[in-house]
Amino acid sequence: MQGAGVREATLDNGLTVLVQEAHTAPLASVWCWYRVGSRDEGPGLTGVSHWVEHMNFKGTTNIPRDRVKGIIEQFGGSWNGYTWIDQTTYLETATTEALDRMLFIEAERMDRCLYDPGECESERTVIISELQGGENDPEQLLDMEVTAAAFKVHPYRHPTIGWQSDVETMTREDLYGHYRRFYTPSNATLVIVGDVDTDDVLRRVDREFGPIPAMPVPGRRRFVEPPQQAERRVTLRKEGTTAYWKAAFHAPAFGDRGFFPLLVADAVLSGAAGLNIWSAGRVPRPQRSARLYRALVDTGLASSVGGSLMPTAQPFLYSVSATVAEGQSLAAVEDAVLGELERLSRDGITPGELEKARAQLRARFVFDMDGVTDIAHQLGYFETIGSWRDARDLEGRLAAVGIADVHEAARYTFAASNRTLGWFEPRVGTCR
Amino acid sequence: MPLTPLRQVLANGVAVIVQENHTTPAVSILTAQRTGAYDDPGGREGTAALLARVLDRGTTTRTADQIADDLDGRGASLTVSAGRHQTGIAATCMVDDFVPVLAIVADALRNPVFPEHDVATRRGEIVTTIRQEEDDPASVAVNRMFRELYGSHPYARRVRGTVDSVERLMRDDLVRFHQRQFVPSGHVVVVVGGLDAGLMLSAVSEALGDWPAGSGRPPLHVPEAPAAVARCQVDIAMPDKSQSDVAYGFVGIRRSDAGFMAASVMNNALGQYALGGRLGDSIRERQGMAYYVYSSLDAGPGPGPVMIRAGVAAGNVARTIASIDAEVEAIRTEGFTEKEIAESKQYLAGSLPRQLETNAGIAGFLLNTEWFGLGPDYDQRLPGLIRAVTREAAVAAARRLLDPARATVVAAGPPAGAPGP
Repeated sequence: MQGAGVREATLDNGLTVLVQEAHTAPLASVWCWYRVGSRDEGPGLTGVSHWVEHMNFKGTTNIPRDRVKGIIEQFGGSWNGYTWIDQTTYLETATTEALDRMLFIEAERMDRCLYDPGECESERTVIISELQGGENDPEQLLDMEVTAAAFKVHPYRHPTIGWQSDVETMTREDLYGHYRRFYTPSNATLVIVGDVDTDDVLRRVDREFGPIPAMPVPGRRRFVEPPQQAERRVTLRKEGTTAYWKAAFHAPAFGDRGFFPLLVADAVLSGAAGLNIWSAGRVPRPQRSARLYRALVDTGLASSVGGSLMPTAQPFLYSVSATVAEGQSLAAVEDAVLGELERLSRDGITPGELEKARAQLRARFVFDMDGVTDIAHQLGYFETIGSWRDARDLEGRLAAVGIADVHEAARYTFAASNRTLGWFEPRVGTCR
Repeated sequence: MPLTPLRQVLANGVAVIVQENHTTPAVSILTAQRTGAYDDPGGREGTAALLARVLDRGTTTRTADQIADDLDGRGASLTVSAGRHQTGIAATCMVDDFVPVLAIVADALRNPVFPEHDVATRRGEIVTTIRQEEDDPASVAVNRMFRELYGSHPYARRVRGTVDSVERLMRDDLVRFHQRQFVPSGHVVVVVGGLDAGLMLSAVSEALGDWPAGSGRPPLHVPEAPAAVARCQVDIAMPDKSQSDVAYGFVGIRRSDAGFMAASVMNNALGQYALGGRLGDSIRERQGMAYYVYSSLDAGPGPGPVMIRAGVAAGNVARTIASIDAEVEAIRTEGFTEKEIAESKQYLAGSLPRQLETNAGIAGFLLNTEWFGLGPDYDQRLPGLIRAVTREAAVAAARRLLDPARATVVAAGPPAGAPGP
């Protein structure tokens, strides 16, 4: 099947393959995606998907532990991976002559990782270090607390890295069981973008991945978060120098009708941020004329403010975060943000604002695809939360958004009973 | 695919470099003035950083709101930033918006008015950022390491300044700094994107060609920084934090140093290759102590530091520092293996196409090339320069730059043995 330069193929074992040729640089980017993330984790096993991702860099049947590093580096390439709430992914970008090595690594990773017990133990402390490094940042701590308070039922509530108590107690068998269950061809999408020939790539993919046996598609448990009935609040008090404010609102999933209207509302509130979570922040968002920036940063109440709407498979959160400026108060920042959200709910947006939001988002969708790595990311990412075709129809869905849709999305989303508010109140330190 | 940049120096001294790249219908603009925090007047540390925050907040013909509305209406991104020696604008826009966005860039460079209100507001933002850094173990460790390492050398000062120095800054400080430091001579503008190269070149010439040349600035000479003669170790207690950050450093070299390429290869083998080179092998992979451990080499107009960084549990700080000492000492005494150096060279030489994957990546490379006078074919010569580094030269670079007996080591975080937060 073909569309917008993308060839889609499915191997006999169920593996979905997406190939797009891009001949502007002598590079290829390979991403292998799995439909497994922190939402697939039960109590006691939070963080297992992320730990599994770490273990899948620790040697396979045909790549001994001490030979893992160097395979891609020898082509000047980079490799990495990430785990989030809906997906886990691995990537290599390198000069095209490394293509066979990249495919070989991903085929090994799908079926033949080792999970040496000693390596599992050693990685436990690396992950605790990663987790504690994140906790050093008060904004991350506040985000974890607010997210956990916003959900009662849905596993989107726990952090992808897991709760430390779970990371401390999980076993090698927990990790390996999770790996065997979710790392199957039919639960994966392999994406190749770059200076390649599509037919040639598909032959190479078949050679590397074809022999991996088909396995049943793992069922993903579906959870429905009950509608929030009342405003929730969390207050975090720790030693620190700066106060942080955060609000989270239950928001539509990417496939829901309300997603793009809320995306436009976010652009009006804080400037369009785009939909590529891999390259997020690389091009700063245009926000100087946005409503929240003018109401909070230009007035000196906050040193930064921004909204965030992520494309997810199931309804997640829209959040607004602000850093309280030195000498200003959390209460004043809260009043100003909530005042702007209420104004948007009450009065909606103007035709000029809709036009500006559309122009910003159209530009972001171009900046989101800057290079083979980004293009491959977007294809694979959207395939894990819906279909890769969604990545090709962003402009169409954006064009269909009208002023009334944005107004309705704001009214629905920013209702007081749909929000969780978080304060980080710094305590003055005792020792420095 | 080699780069094929067009380069032209305008009559007033502005160097313009343009490169076509038609991957996307977008353009990246990078400008750089040879000034930064290094030129902050004494007692006025943070001047360049505050200037960068206010430069695009209004010109003689455009208000801050007009600039914001114009850029935001196009979905264009524009940021100004100041480093130690470089202050510049980075802008990204669609090809159709290139000329109007470039006009705003040129206007901000040439005709800023630094409105009082914005000076006050952005000063407050910087003070908040400095306060945030005081609460971040990584920033605390690195800032203190610079102070201990550089002593009375200007590199001991922070680019953002201190709360005291920033609170003293007034509009006149920015006006004076701009008048003195922002001149066409030596200014660099790089444009990369999906437009005809001739068109990009003539647009920049149109926007900046009539910027009056004025008097050029004297060439920059950054003084030597004396290398530490003894080890210095500082522990900073931040009781409510979850883990500690270690900064371990030495005074390094200039970009113009004949040993730069050997030092780069050495740095890669020491703390970059794959997951952190030798240091990563020991501290992350074998001992499982850190999520990140790496080394960096900051060689610019002056001798920036060679620095090793790690984030570890408080109880592992001593073991981590001992492990860094042991790895550095092993490299000094036994050197690197042939394999290590061959791998690092192969990686560094081979990674160039990836560095040039995006408009911003190409623009950054071309700016660097112009900045240090590396020549228009540098992308072609660079792999050969890397491959010419011998194992002996890399080991010599390590012996010259690294020595545990002279290391400046700062650890910031919860006290060892303290119960977790």
